[in-house]
Amino acid sequence: MKKSTKTLCSCIALALLVGFLLYMETLKTTQGMAVSILQKGAIFSIAAVSMNLLNGFTGLFSLGQAGFMAIGAYVTAIFTIPTEKIVAVYYMNGVSEGIMSIKRALSFLPEPVLVLLALIAGGLVAAGFAALVGIPVLRLKSDYLAIATLGFSEIIRALISSPQMDKITNGSYGLKNIPGFGGENGLGCLLVPFGIAALCIVIMVLLIRSSYGRAFKAIAEDEVAAEAMGINLAHHKEMAFVISSFFTAVAGGLLAMYMRSIEAKTFQVILTYDILLIVVIGGIGSVTGSVIGAFLVTASKEWWLRFFDTPLKIGNFQVPLLRTGFRMVIFSLLLMAVVLFWRRGLMGNREFNWDDIPRFGRWVKRKFTKTPATEGGERNG
Amino acid sequence: MAENVLHVENVTMQFGGVIAVNSLTMDVNQGEIVALIGPNGAGKTTAFNVITAVYEPTNGKVAFYHKPMVENYPKGKMKKLYAGQNSSAYTQSISPTPDKITRLGIARTFQNIRLFKSLSVFENVLIAKHMRAKQNVFSATFGLNAKEEARMRAETIALLEEQDLMHLKDEIAGSLPYGLQRRLEIARALATRPKLLLLDEPAAGMNPQETEDLGAFITQIRDKYKLSILVIEHHMDLVMEVADRIYVLDFGKLIAQGTPSEVQDNPDVITAYLGVDEE
Ligand SMILES: Nc1ncnc2c1ncn2[C@@H]1O[C@H](COP(=O)(O)OP(=O)(O)OP(=O)(O)O)[C@@H](O)[C@H]1O
Ligand SMILES: [Mg+2]
Repeated sequence: MKKSTKTLCSCIALALLVGFLLYMETLKTTQGMAVSILQKGAIFSIAAVSMNLLNGFTGLFSLGQAGFMAIGAYVTAIFTIPTEKIVAVYYMNGVSEGIMSIKRALSFLPEPVLVLLALIAGGLVAAGFAALVGIPVLRLKSDYLAIATLGFSEIIRALISSPQMDKITNGSYGLKNIPGFGGENGLGCLLVPFGIAALCIVIMVLLIRSSYGRAFKAIAEDEVAAEAMGINLAHHKEMAFVISSFFTAVAGGLLAMYMRSIEAKTFQVILTYDILLIVVIGGIGSVTGSVIGAFLVTASKEWWLRFFDTPLKIGNFQVPLLRTGFRMVIFSLLLMAVVLFWRRGLMGNREFNWDDIPRFGRWVKRKFTKTPATEGGERNG
Repeated sequence: MAENVLHVENVTMQFGGVIAVNSLTMDVNQGEIVALIGPNGAGKTTAFNVITAVYEPTNGKVAFYHKPMVENYPKGKMKKLYAGQNSSAYTQSISPTPDKITRLGIARTFQNIRLFKSLSVFENVLIAKHMRAKQNVFSATFGLNAKEEARMRAETIALLEEQDLMHLKDEIAGSLPYGLQRRLEIARALATRPKLLLLDEPAAGMNPQETEDLGAFITQIRDKYKLSILVIEHHMDLVMEVADRIYVLDFGKLIAQGTPSEVQDNPDVITAYLGVDEE
């Protein structure tokens, strides 16, 4: 395919996507499930791409995602909960004077600006934590790094719910009344998360394609050789870790807005596990894989597999196994199947390309035509 | 006499109880091709790893253009364990990371080829340009370093053309035949613009024809890029052909040094190699 054709295809696809999102926004009341899956998919695609930036492209097996998301979520929530409602949210312990003065100082800002500012602030706080934690932790090799970052994430969670933090994080009571996406009529409820996700992912893709991205890939391939090429390992690993944590926290902030209320429990290790799953299913080292994976996993977990959760009676026969929670069993089985038979995930380490569409068509045709794969058949099929 | 490029002085590398390199002293002067030879396990690769700061030596000093680059003395656990000599000759500890050594102008290849296997030939060489580019992560991400990026790419293409690898530009490095992987690894090392090039068994895995061409190739890059070269090699024909001087290691110790003809006739060298299979 020619380059101009591809650009045209991309523009059309983008226009269709925006049109589809605008249409879905008008259906918010009747298609609540679909809308919420799209929102969550967009949020998780940021988290997955930023995890992939670290685990796939830089080869650092970090499992601190939930912790950084928690930081992003709490900062965003504290910034965006309307000032008039915040006292009610903190009714048990009271609000810290510092938070109140920041909120009063920022009260002149219109809400969209405040939200953006809050997301960026969350990202920066997480990046700060990452910079501090990264110095000792990034010296560790693969498994140890995973364990250390996992520990970090749990420490963050413990800190958030500790009584000493009551006036800031509202301890174990969590935060409520976080404004959601878009206005009352649903306008923007999809465009906002999708827009932010697109922006974040585009920035990460630009990074991956830059000279620094190449250095990250070199580190992932062979640390000794990368150093021999003059790449400072500590510096570059730290950079990847900080940037990835920033975007993970932005995803966390969006998650807070999606959920409207958060507590420390929201950010258990299972959240990291969900993101890891998306990355593995999409393909470690593929951005498009992570994005596709995010929507696929969210949709199947929340929607397509729901069927397995509802008890079913056929006549007098109670179909066994079908009850709440069973979908997670099926989901885990699917995951195992992917890991066993499709180890490189949906995309491997490749990216989507418009050329893939006709190629995929040919592949399907070849699979399903009965003619033996003679030379002629190959050429035609 | 030509200027001294690399000065290795009393370098001892001890792993636990094993002394891999024992009080090694050697020099490489401007424009020289120096060979480091010795039977398997003699400590040649370890010497490279000390020079390039992959390992911190237990004792001794390495200087590059007269400037101390690596230095250490037995300390910590090694204070008691140290079994080498000159234990009190050095008092400071300079241990840079390997990337600093590369930045100073020493590039190397590895005995067991370490290319970025799943990246393209072009990317393998382009990565070597990263360290000297004037950019930061922000300018690089948002394309504000377009000039630098263009320069890096142009230099990479020029080098690939010089090295006759341009037709393989988009091949995946790991899929190349062994001989070409060796050539690519040398090209990648040259891309860092070294003054001193360390080659660890460049002929290993090459076919006889490629090995024969290698001698001329090494001399040619030395002249073209104004390099000094230190090469580890088992192929004696090759060593005799290219080397200006030879150092011979055995069990970590220097047992002989001199011109090819001097070394060839040295009885110690003959003993060291006797019964040891070449290759
Ligand atoms: N990291 C290490 N830890 C412990 N021992 C090591 C280490 N690296 C090398 N050695 C030991 O040091 C000795 C010298 O090894 P080295 O690889 O330098 O030999 P070499 O001269 O390059 O041999 P070859 O010709 O086989 O490549 C060997 O006995 C080896 O086992
Ligand atoms: Mg060796």
